[in-house]
Parts: sequence; structure tokens; C-alpha cells
Amino acid sequence: MEIVVCVKQVPATAEVDLVVDDSGRGIESQGLVQEMNEWDEYAIEEALLIKERLGGTVTAITMGGEGVDAVLRRCLAKGADNAIWLKDEAFEGSDAYATAKVLHAAIRGLEYDLVFTGAQSGDDNYSAVGGILAELLGLAHAQMVKKVEVGEGTLVVNRELEGGLEETLELPMPALLAIQTGLNEPRYVSIMGIRKARKKEITVKGLGDLGLTGGEVGEAGSWMKVQRVYAPPVEKEPEILTGSPEEVAGRLVEVFRSRGLI
Amino acid sequence: MAEILVLAEHRRGALRDVTYELLAKGREITDSGGLELSTIVLGSGCSGFAGELSNHADRVLVVDHPDLAEFNAEAYSKVLVGVIAERKPRLTLIGHTSCGVDLAPALAIKSGLPLATDCIDLSLDGGGLAVTRQVYGGKMNVEGVLREAEGHIATVRPATFEPGEPRGEPGEVVSLEYPAELELVTRFTGFVEPPPGEVDIADAEIIVGVGRGIKDEKNIPVVRELAEALKGELGCSRPIVDKGWLPKDRQVGSSGKTVKPKLYIASGISGSFQHVMGMKGSDLIVVVNKDSKAPLFGFADYGVVGDLFKVLPALTEKIREFKGSG
Ligand SMILES: Cc1cc2nc3c(=O)[nH]c(=O)nc-3n(C[C@H](O)[C@H](O)[C@H](O)COP(=O)(O)OP(=O)(O)OC[C@H]3O[C@@H](n4cnc5c(N)ncnc54)[C@H](O)[C@@H]3O)c2cc1C
Ligand SMILES: Nc1ncnc2c1ncn2[C@@H]1O[C@H](COP(=O)(O)O)[C@@H](O)[C@H]1O
Repeated sequence: MEIVVCVKQVPATAEVDLVVDDSGRGIESQGLVQEMNEWDEYAIEEALLIKERLGGTVTAITMGGEGVDAVLRRCLAKGADNAIWLKDEAFEGSDAYATAKVLHAAIRGLEYDLVFTGAQSGDDNYSAVGGILAELLGLAHAQMVKKVEVGEGTLVVNRELEGGLEETLELPMPALLAIQTGLNEPRYVSIMGIRKARKKEITVKGLGDLGLTGGEVGEAGSWMKVQRVYAPPVEKEPEILTGSPEEVAGRLVEVFRSRGLI
Repeated sequence: MAEILVLAEHRRGALRDVTYELLAKGREITDSGGLELSTIVLGSGCSGFAGELSNHADRVLVVDHPDLAEFNAEAYSKVLVGVIAERKPRLTLIGHTSCGVDLAPALAIKSGLPLATDCIDLSLDGGGLAVTRQVYGGKMNVEGVLREAEGHIATVRPATFEPGEPRGEPGEVVSLEYPAELELVTRFTGFVEPPPGEVDIADAEIIVGVGRGIKDEKNIPVVRELAEALKGELGCSRPIVDKGWLPKDRQVGSSGKTVKPKLYIASGISGSFQHVMGMKGSDLIVVVNKDSKAPLFGFADYGVVGDLFKVLPALTEKIREFKGSG
């Protein structure tokens, strides 16, 4: 089983105060901790589990600038066999469409039975790269995948719907699956793994290597042009309770009591 | 006349709420732009839907075929690409739902039209499409413009626009042929029901929700004790279930339960729209988060900017005191 997994480095933003940068079209990235996209943790894990069951290789691939090779090292340390870094200044500013075109150019020449992406990236939240890439590669695909069973040339997958409901689908291979969180338990990276990964090579490819032109990628090759990034207006101002935890707790107990909740 | 086309989404014999939300937004755009509003429903034996939809649009397009009995992204995209090529809608609206995200990217590539996903607002902008969407889990908004094209496709976030009221005069219903040569490689084989849980938190009057801010499974009792003191139930965000720290039936949100308790206390939950969709109907919402910019504060009645490990035990203590004395 030859599996290609698209992975992305994203900033961890849940607990940080984000600041719009000087261009007004992005956020200040200085000081942000970078991590592997949550959905991709599950995608690479699923690929490794299938490889461990059926044999074959796992190739991790990412597009991004300086530093994003860390996400490839992480995949190699977890057990991926190959890693490809698509790196070129021309790729900057790519939206889901331009990103998928770059990934497509890199993947089309590879041998694969399965291509995995995450269901969504935690920064851009497009939920689109996988579906676009599948269509460019001419592959059957499923998004929001919660379970994968590999058969003889066919796949049975569960797709997550709303409210806890799932549906089952049958599709032929090769196929692209966009993986939803929770379908496995992503492994930790071991010290051994990190040591081994250091010796593995990362293949770097730029615009020319992929047979692409500048107009096809980056902002020029994108569907969407970003005009403005800003903190969302608050819909409702809550009453913010201040003071020591005891004082705050006291106030809340008052509120709960007055409403007959306790 | 040029039109806006809304894809009607249905499951198990019922149109889904998002359909009416899209129709309302579509109507708002057609009213300001001299366009007509059409909606398209794909299904098997779906004349009932057509009747219902005709009260919300100028035109209902119906493609009725056994292969369309259940949603299938491949079938949908192959049917819709033909409809779009022929009718050239100025804009096609699809819900940013599990079905929408499965379908829309493929449809955009097949029809050669630009796509914007998860839009929370959109308007026609000359030959382009102006959209607003959220990034970084709702911490920032982005305004962007899709490049000029004959038409555009957008997926729209559910529960963002108010569903529209039926109009006086029903629109016309038009049957479209199912393309004869369609060969499908993807096959829907069935639904898998969520396993029944111990409790249905949808019935609970008080829910204390726990999110990734809890950091470790061993800290869950901090939240459980508060829930118990309040005689409420424990709820949680998705990552807590993904990690296996709480069972799926405790998950609040679009892929979990929708709850409307009298009191929802969220601790260490940031407020992604998928979570918010499941709890914003609660009567009283209290948010405890150490990040004052957490999007969930925008839905709260009371907010505490602080460490849940300090605030929750203090609250548990005060409630016990109150109940002991009462
Ligand atoms: C298709 C789809 C469906 C989904 N369905 C759901 C769903 O049904 N329900 C759901 O919840 N999510 C759902 N999600 C996931 C959702 O997008 C978010 O990833 C998730 O809700 C984030 O959970 P969280 O808020 O607990 O974690 P995070 O976003 O990581 O937030 C953690 C929060 O804890 C705070 N915090 C950290 N430490 C402390 C402390 N000591 N004291 C106080 N606060 C602290 C941080 O400031 C932060 O705000 C879905 C996603 C997709 C793509
Ligand atoms: N720059 C990138 N490099 C590699 N894969 C990516 C990149 N951007 C997005 N992806 C893949 O596409 C998935 C969905 O991302 P998105 O469509 O941006 O929400 C991610 O989980 C990744 O698997």
C-alpha cells in the first residue's frame, strides 16, 4: 500500500492573543508556536496503521516556507518513509486552490494507492484542499472520514455527518480521503524515532521542479484575494466578573440563586 | 434572468435547516441585485420537497432518480456541473455541512468556477464575490474577494442566517433530466447510528462543559465535581471525546448534541462555531477561560477571565456551602 499524506504546519492560536500585522492582511506570526495541524495528526496515524497492517510506504508532503520541515521531521519520526517539502517564495499567499495545485503537481508523478489529507486546517479552516486535490488527481474521494477499511482494490469508509450520525461508502482505489479527528489515537514521537528521522532525507522541490509557473500559484493563482483581516466584532458583551476566584464564585452563586438554578 | 442557485440539503425524508437559511440569504442578494432565486433538490421521490421549497424560491429545479436517494458527492457534483453549465447561475450556495464540504470543492473544479468555503457573509461585487470567513478557530475574520468569473460557488456556515418565511406566491417547479450516461464509482451503503449513551445531556437542565483547557484526563474531576454540586451533567468539546477522555454522548456541538439547558458553564472551551452551534440556545451561559479573546465570550451572559483550576473549585465550594446552609 503506497500512501501519500498531506500535512501542514499551523500556529497554535487557541491560547494566544492574535495581532493583525502591518499589512492588515495577516497576523503577526512572531512568537507563535508552530505545531502539526490537528487533523493531519490523525491522517498520518491512519496511514501508518495501514502500512503496519498491509506493508508499503508512507510519504509525507507539505507546502510551506522556512521552518515547516519540522512537520515532516515529525512524520518521519513517527514512521513515515519519505518526506517532500514544496518550498518556493512563489507559493506564499496560496489559498486552498493554489495549494491544491502545488500538491497536485508534486503528487501526480508518484505511485500511490491512497492519498490522505486532514478534513480541515486549523488556521485557514477551508475544508477544501482535499476535495480540490482529489478532483485534480481524478480520484474518488470522501471528506470527513471516521473509519477506513482497505479491501482488494476497494475501500469501505465511514463518513461523519451531523449529530453523531455516520454513513458508510464504498469507493475504488486509488482514492483520496480527508480524515476527521478521533478515528485513531495519534502516537507520540519517540526519542528513537527522532534520532532515526534525523538521518532520513527530505526532498525539496520548487516551482520549476514541479513544472508550474508563477501565475498558477501564490496569490496570483488563487481564487480568493484577502483584503482585510480583523478581530471579529463581538455579538454580545458578556458581563465580565472580576476579583478573586472566591469573589467571582460568590457572584455566580448569587446569579444562580436568583434564577432558581440552585 | 440571471439567478442565484441554492442547493437544498435533505436527509432521511426532511429538508435540513441550512436550506432555509441559504434561501433567506439568497433572497436578500437577489432582492438587491435584480436576480431570481432558484433552488435545486436532488433526490428520489422528492416531489414533497419541491412543494415545500416552492414557497421559498422563484423556481424549484428537481432531479428525481433512484441513484439520488441518498446524498452522494460524486453523483451530486456530476449532476450539478451540467445544471450550472446550462443555467449559468451567478452564484451557487451550498451549506458548509458534512455534505457541502464533500461536494463543493469537486464541483468547483469540474465547473471551473471559483469557490469560497465556510462563508459567514457574502455579496456580489461586480464580477467577483465578496466574502467574509473566519480563520484561527473564529479568532479572526477575513474579508476577501473571489476573482471575477461567470459564476461563483460558496459554502455558507450553518446557523449563521435566519431561515426565511414562506412567501405568498409559490414558485414554479421544473423537472430536470438525470444525465443518462452517469457512471458512479462511489456507493452509499448505509447509515451508522450513534451508540446510545448512558444519559441524554440534551435533557439536562444544567451542563458544565469541559474543553481542551483541562489539559489532562486526570483533571476531569475538577469539572465533574462542579457538575455534581449543581446536580447537572458533564458535557464537553470534541477534542475531549477524540482523546477518549469522555464518551461521545457527552459531546456538545454540530457533530455531537444540541443542548438548551437553563445553565451552561463552559470551562476551557474556546468557542469554535461547531461547538457554539450546539449550545448557543442555552438560557444562561457562563464562560470561564483564561484567554479574554476566546470567541465563546461573545455568546456568554457572564464571563470569567481566569484559570479554570482556580475558578471551578472555588465555585464548587461556594455552591456546596450555599446548599449546605439552605
Ligand atoms: C466537521 C467538524 C465538526 C466538529 N464538531 C464539533 C463538535 O460537535 N463539538 C465541538 O466542541 N467541536 C467540534 N469540532 C471541533 C472544533 O472545530 C474545535 O476544534 C473544538 O471545538 C475546540 O475544542 P476546545 O475549545 O475544547 O479546544 P481549544 O480550541 O484548544 O480551546 C481550549 C481553550 O481552553 C482555554 N484554556 C486553556 N487553559 C485554561 C485554563 N487553565 N483555564 C481556563 N481556560 C483555559 C484556552 O484559552 C482555549 O480557549 C468540529 C470540527 C469539525 C471540522
Ligand atoms: N500547505 C499545505 N501543505 C500540505 N498539505 C496541506 C497544506 N494546506 C492544506 N493541506 C492539507 O489539506 C487539508 C485541509 O486543509 P484546508 O482545506 O486548508 O482546511 C489539511 O489537513 C492538509 O492535509
